[in-house]
Amino acid sequence: MPIPDRIERTVNLGQPPERVWEALTSAEGLGSWFGDRATVDLRPGGTAYVEWDDGGGKVTLTIVVVEPPSRFAWTWGIQGLPATDPRRTYVEFTLAPNGGGTRLTVVESGFAQVPDELLDTAYDGNVAGWRKELAELADYLDAAA
Amino acid sequence: MPRPDPEAIAAAVFAALAEPTRRGILSTLAARGPMTATDLAGLLPISRQAIAKHLELLAAAGLVLAEPGERRRIRYRVNAAPMAMAQSYLAALARDWDSKLTRLQRTLDAPEAAARASRGTDPTD
Repeated sequence: MPIPDRIERTVNLGQPPERVWEALTSAEGLGSWFGDRATVDLRPGGTAYVEWDDGGGKVTLTIVVVEPPSRFAWTWGIQGLPATDPRRTYVEFTLAPNGGGTRLTVVESGFAQVPDELLDTAYDGNVAGWRKELAELADYLDAAA
Repeated sequence: MPRPDPEAIAAAVFAALAEPTRRGILSTLAARGPMTATDLAGLLPISRQAIAKHLELLAAAGLVLAEPGERRRIRYRVNAAPMAMAQSYLAALARDWDSKLTRLQRTLDAPEAAARASRGTDPTD
């Protein structure tokens, strides 16, 4: 049951990289195919917000790479985790000219990362220590039975 | 002890959730807060001994934490960290780039078709 740490897709689009770049990086573009509304501060370190109308909420993208019209990347949180969770996945778009169109590759990675805090809280010797306590509990229960 | 890998953590969560008794224990602890094996036995249709065994498995997998209470009574609480690990597994399955990329393709094609139509040069005209 391996966790797919890396998701990769490639699609061939009929439009040139400049057009695809616009759709990927502009507020208008991200607010149409990706979400329902978006604001974008397009620079490395900049922030983009994308909102969904159908209860999908709002996500914050931290822009990492802006190399028009060939590379665009951001990090964002993992769906379903609290906003305070430190884990972020990395999403990178690569645009390559393909005839008159574009070969677009998207790679998202980092799903299988293990945060230190998880190791600290779940596995930092607690388990071994409590095995002993649990053995005592079992004895206690058996004696009471 | 060896560093646990994410797969093992997620597997432990899903295994725990697949078993009705352990699911009942986790659900009860999540809904009502930390409690002892005896408390759980009062709420669930299972013997205290069976609950203790399940709690031992859950604790070994890091899904519940045992905390000492009065008179050697051990209280158990849900440990959220492994659940969050399983959540990231689900998130990878739920990210759904296929739908997003299909929408991107449609969005890119749509204005072009509209522009062609307005110029009257759409070959289907």
